[in-house]
Amino acid sequence: MALLQISEPGMSAAPHQHRLAVGIDLGTTNSLIATVRSGMSTVLQDDFGHALLPSVVRYMPNGDIVVGHEAQAHQSEDPINTITSVKRFMGRSLNDIANKAHIPYRFFEGTDSTTTRSLQLQTRAGLKTPVEISAEILKSLKARAEKSLGGELVGAVITVPAYFDDAQRQATKDAARLAGLNVLRLLNEPTAAAVAYGLDNAAEGTFVIYDLGGGTFDVSILRLSKGVFEVLATNGDAALGGDDFDHRIYCWVLDKVRENNANFSPLTEEDTRLLLTKARQAKEWLTDNFEAQIVCKLSNGTLVDVTLTASQLIEVTEHLVSKTLSPTRKAMRDAKLSIEDINGVVLVGGATRMPHIRHAVQEYFQQEPLTNLDPDKVVALGAAIQANILAGNKSDDDLLLLDVTPLSLGLETMGGLVEKVIHRNSTLPIARAQEFTTYKDGQTAMSVHVVQGERELVSDCRSLARFELRGIPPMAAGAARIRVTFTVDADGLLSVSAREQSTGIEAHIAVKPSYGLTEDEITSMLKASFNSAEEDKKARMLAEARVNAGAIISSVTAALAIDSKLISPAEVEAIELEINKLQQLTAANDATAINQAVDTLNHATEAFAAARMNASVSRALAGKSLENLDL
Amino acid sequence: MQSTSINYFKLFAIAEQFDLDVTTLESNFRKTQSANHPDRFVSAPASEKLVAMQLATLANEAYSVLKSPAKRAKYMLEQHGIDAIAETNTAMPTEFLMQQMEWRERIEDAKMARSITELDEIAGELKLETNLLVNELHELLDIKKDLTSATAVTRKLIFIDKVCADIDQVIEQLDD
Repeated sequence: MALLQISEPGMSAAPHQHRLAVGIDLGTTNSLIATVRSGMSTVLQDDFGHALLPSVVRYMPNGDIVVGHEAQAHQSEDPINTITSVKRFMGRSLNDIANKAHIPYRFFEGTDSTTTRSLQLQTRAGLKTPVEISAEILKSLKARAEKSLGGELVGAVITVPAYFDDAQRQATKDAARLAGLNVLRLLNEPTAAAVAYGLDNAAEGTFVIYDLGGGTFDVSILRLSKGVFEVLATNGDAALGGDDFDHRIYCWVLDKVRENNANFSPLTEEDTRLLLTKARQAKEWLTDNFEAQIVCKLSNGTLVDVTLTASQLIEVTEHLVSKTLSPTRKAMRDAKLSIEDINGVVLVGGATRMPHIRHAVQEYFQQEPLTNLDPDKVVALGAAIQANILAGNKSDDDLLLLDVTPLSLGLETMGGLVEKVIHRNSTLPIARAQEFTTYKDGQTAMSVHVVQGERELVSDCRSLARFELRGIPPMAAGAARIRVTFTVDADGLLSVSAREQSTGIEAHIAVKPSYGLTEDEITSMLKASFNSAEEDKKARMLAEARVNAGAIISSVTAALAIDSKLISPAEVEAIELEINKLQQLTAANDATAINQAVDTLNHATEAFAAARMNASVSRALAGKSLENLDL
Repeated sequence: MQSTSINYFKLFAIAEQFDLDVTTLESNFRKTQSANHPDRFVSAPASEKLVAMQLATLANEAYSVLKSPAKRAKYMLEQHGIDAIAETNTAMPTEFLMQQMEWRERIEDAKMARSITELDEIAGELKLETNLLVNELHELLDIKKDLTSATAVTRKLIFIDKVCADIDQVIEQLDD
């Protein structure tokens, strides 16, 4: 528990206290949790020694919820209540889901405006959103970590496919909140993999991460140089993965069965799940073998007995393989690189075990891909390293990640067209402004519609938010100057503001996609899931406030020790006064007062912070000038 | 971020001239981010984090400008109070306009013929053209200090950048 960090009143918190932080790979097929222990990133295992937790959730007849291997074992007999690959539904509406007929679930969609437009699944435990189902997987991982680490987690870095859009990212964050996890950051999966690979191999140069998971495909190109991991470009397909290969095999099996049975009756949900499972097993078997036998008995008594050869597998899935190469070419073009510039290609994700994937990658990049890391674990290991840093723990790996925004962000303009403001593959954090004007005489309001995507038409992009700028003084069409600023911070959070330049009238929105859950829904779900007493909550808040205060006191004290000469003695005294006040308050039991004093201290250190930052810039510059002399 | 007074070249400690060493720029960009990125200040007070965020944003913007010859030239002219793409600056030599039209027609034809090879070919020619203009700009901005001529060349470079972006877009469409 974070309470460990509370120090004696009047003393600053121990700065070397290790804060428990984890990296979570919330995968389509399997999920993992890892942490940095004694400087080493390690995947945490369950009581049976399993590292991988199958991302399967089963709602039991007795009301229990079972996650992982046990749920997976029953997926064919209880398909409707056993949800697999829920990641494919995150932040999606019903219209987004392809092949619905071949997915053995009962889908619903909230229609009225008070509920979310996110799809829902009918289970025996009622309607469940993908966010709730994912939260069960996260809760299971969180429990594993707390048991194994013997304490409460300070926070988690959760990985998402780089090509996830804002709605999918928001849904992932909502799931984490619902599971009681503090999200330090969402990290792109290929970037996480690059961290683990790069540190493990002390790699320097330009690397491609080709990440084909259970349900998503990402390709990222990174430059690794002296601990800085700079993403040059990323691309992908958020609905392409190993599942689609299973589905192709499943269709092939059905065709074969139909050839022999003219009046073949429709499949039950159990049959569909059974055949999909058999298809997956056949695919995995063909990694090391030339042919796979698929044998099973369907509910109507039909015996399925077919043999799939490795070359047949290649044939039926060829177009899926080439679907990964198109994003790969795009990423290469965006990075303005050619094949010769690539120092290595790292394969990530279980689906990259398929030999024909490896061949395709090797053929395109004209070099043998690197497979010396476990493709299942590398993402979680990298996430744990970033979590350790973001939790404020001292780390030997002096690394910095510079990631990009995967999809362009823009505004709707006249005629339903998109004007891009931030282009895809821009390094974060980023701020970009663009000026717009009115199109009607006397127009006093302007509606700002924020969209995400690469297409030219608004209807082909994903809508993220809408807001209005009102109170524009009446002017001739085209005379008003409205400056719209998009800001994406290091966490990938987008906020948009609009300002009429002559009057200074402003409107602002922090973008929360319409596909996510509303704040009220999250709160009510949280209430439903935590039955903890009000007292517990207060104690928790107080503990958190104290930890927070301790961290700030120690960092300001440390900063003063080094840099107090940058400000006047009076300013130093003012800051020290606030530190003392805060220290006294941490001894009392009022969380609100502590938080207020933290804010006051923060405020009091603003000028000091700016001075330190300037000094740091000058120092950095001075260092560089010296180096230039050496040249 | 344009309103800031910090000079992009100074930020990365490189000489304020058009002809720059990309390797030094890249390496100094990484050093600047290493020192000032908000991820370096996770346990710092909010005010310090905010400054770090602003600095990191500025560094990203400065890097993206200096990296691109067209944006770099435009930025240098801005430092001298010249807006290269202002509407008063629209005049273009007829010869250049003709050439532009020719490129656009060829792109359109290649698009119809679905020929990525031809598009790559045009992109290659534009790259050569870019190199010529970049050499010219080095001459005009760094040696002759002829800002008027430099503005005209910068405009050409910006136009070529747009044509290149269009080619990329067409290739992408054909690839899908």
